[in-house]
Amino acid sequence: MNFLLELKENIIISYKAIIANKMRSVLATLGIVIGITAVTLMQTAIEGINRAFESSIASIGTDVLYIQKFEWFGREDFEVYRNRKDITLQHFNFLKRFAQTSASMCPTQGTLKTLQFQNLTLEDVFIIGTTDEYQTTFGTNIDDGRFFTTRESEGGYPVCVIGMDVKNAFFENVNPIGKYIKVGTHTFKVIGVVEKQGSLLGLFSLDNRIIIPIQRFVKLFGTRRSISINVKAADINNIEETKEEITSIMRKARKLKPGMRNDFGINQQEAFQQTYDQLTFLIKAIGLIITSLSLIVGSVGIANIMFVSVKERTKEIGIRKAIGARRKTILFQFLIESSLICLLGGLIGLAIAFPISLVIDAFVLPTVMPLWIVILGIFISVMFGLLAGFFPAYSGAKMDPVESLRYE
Amino acid sequence: MENLISLKEIVKVYEMGEESLYALHGVSLDIKKNEYVGIMGPSGSGKSTLMNIIGCLDTPTSGEYFLNNKNVSEMFDDELAEIRNKEIGFVFQTFNLLPRSDALHNVELPLIYSGLTKRERIRKAEEALTNVGLADRMKHKPNELSGGQRQRVALARALVNDPSIILADEPTGNLDTKTGEEIMALFEELSNKGNTIIVVTHEEDIAKHTKRIVKMRDGLVCEDRIK
Repeated sequence: MNFLLELKENIIISYKAIIANKMRSVLATLGIVIGITAVTLMQTAIEGINRAFESSIASIGTDVLYIQKFEWFGREDFEVYRNRKDITLQHFNFLKRFAQTSASMCPTQGTLKTLQFQNLTLEDVFIIGTTDEYQTTFGTNIDDGRFFTTRESEGGYPVCVIGMDVKNAFFENVNPIGKYIKVGTHTFKVIGVVEKQGSLLGLFSLDNRIIIPIQRFVKLFGTRRSISINVKAADINNIEETKEEITSIMRKARKLKPGMRNDFGINQQEAFQQTYDQLTFLIKAIGLIITSLSLIVGSVGIANIMFVSVKERTKEIGIRKAIGARRKTILFQFLIESSLICLLGGLIGLAIAFPISLVIDAFVLPTVMPLWIVILGIFISVMFGLLAGFFPAYSGAKMDPVESLRYE
Repeated sequence: MENLISLKEIVKVYEMGEESLYALHGVSLDIKKNEYVGIMGPSGSGKSTLMNIIGCLDTPTSGEYFLNNKNVSEMFDDELAEIRNKEIGFVFQTFNLLPRSDALHNVELPLIYSGLTKRERIRKAEEALTNVGLADRMKHKPNELSGGQRQRVALARALVNDPSIILADEPTGNLDTKTGEEIMALFEELSNKGNTIIVVTHEEDIAKHTKRIVKMRDGLVCEDRIK
């Protein structure tokens, strides 16, 4: 009860003191303003990068295993992976025959080619060779037309499903279905358009591609490359079981003796996520350290101005002590003043950062200032206020009443 | 009648580097309830130091001080703050009001430290201000009041918590003679109502209002006379 009364009284005193020294308070809090602006914008930017990542990683699929020569984020030397035997369609067929815990699987192989439609050309388009099960494995949605059938896939028909970028480049006002495009020197019939996929980490587009039957791909572009076998687990909760089954079938297919190490990688979105999390944790931590430097500089300024404030009000401290103020009352009075100044700085900082975050959202990368950073920003500024105010407040609290009354 | 204040062999030494400065050489003094005492003496006689000790703003180097039978000389900072809040009402030469607060809030302040509710505080503070004749000046800041009015506010603040002693240090030092007389008349009235008052002064004119005069010289009581 007593404490709350004094707290209320202290807030009023501090408010009056800050108002009486408006300019000084605002200047003193400038460091905190800049600090909070930096901290919140930094975290807002990271939030944006996270969102971009989450939406891109969704295209990899959480329940899909990628059997490849390489391991994502593998720890071995590049040489080790490169010298492994290629993964071929034979391995795929073997897997397909024996695997029981998979919902569907497809091989993929890719290359970059130039596309041509009438007098239009499009360079560096990613050509994917796969089977009809691609659609069920990756859950690809078709925007227009259809995906190729098992018959077209096995027969290696010259048909293709195109990405949104290709459609926009070639068929702006034309229905693409049934049109013929050239991949390098070879002609393909467009039978479908894949729904817009977006981009991976905002770096490269997932729509700048076409999908063709793998039999055709092999015939036209060769088999020397290692393929990727993509397996969708029957049950995402039992993905580990699927992983084990795939491993043992692949070891048979690759004729590995017991005791020999796997010469293939089973990759998963998880690996991506883990590496990404480690990376962003690092960025967040470093960002927080760098941005809090400005907060530290800011709080030194606050500490300085609080020493001045305490010194200036020596007489007032004396009067208050004479009529019964305890040490902690005086201590709280100045702690509250410094944290109010910092809170003010924090709020100004947020008021500056928020419109900037809108600008970032509109022009740089889609993001939104997370609520937790607003709360954290307010919390941090109050904490820094308490920290910066402690020594000045303590020096005021332990002043001798006789001497401070005599102070003019 | 029992002693309200009992000072026994109070010594106060200030350490000034190598030298020790004796402000009080062993002062013994008893003051009963409802006494009206003037403490007089030239500057340097130790009367201010004595007042600070009686007012619990300072503690003696040695000796004992009993206030209401409580040994105050052994208390710590925060306990002394509580004694000052509850038992002592200060009136200073320079008024010592908070410049940014109005009269009402200045008078309310001791009650905040003793933890009264807002309504109770306002009621008591208004009553105290009315008693010193400032019912129409409650919302004025100190710089909007005359010297005499400021000293009345200070007096109201001193009285608001019903203290055991009113301790006034040169209460008329910054006032003209006429206003000074008015303030002294107020003190007399308070004394007649049963308050215990100690006035520290070097003016004979002021001291003549009191009923007992304690004269100090070189850190000792040299004369103690009841009129």
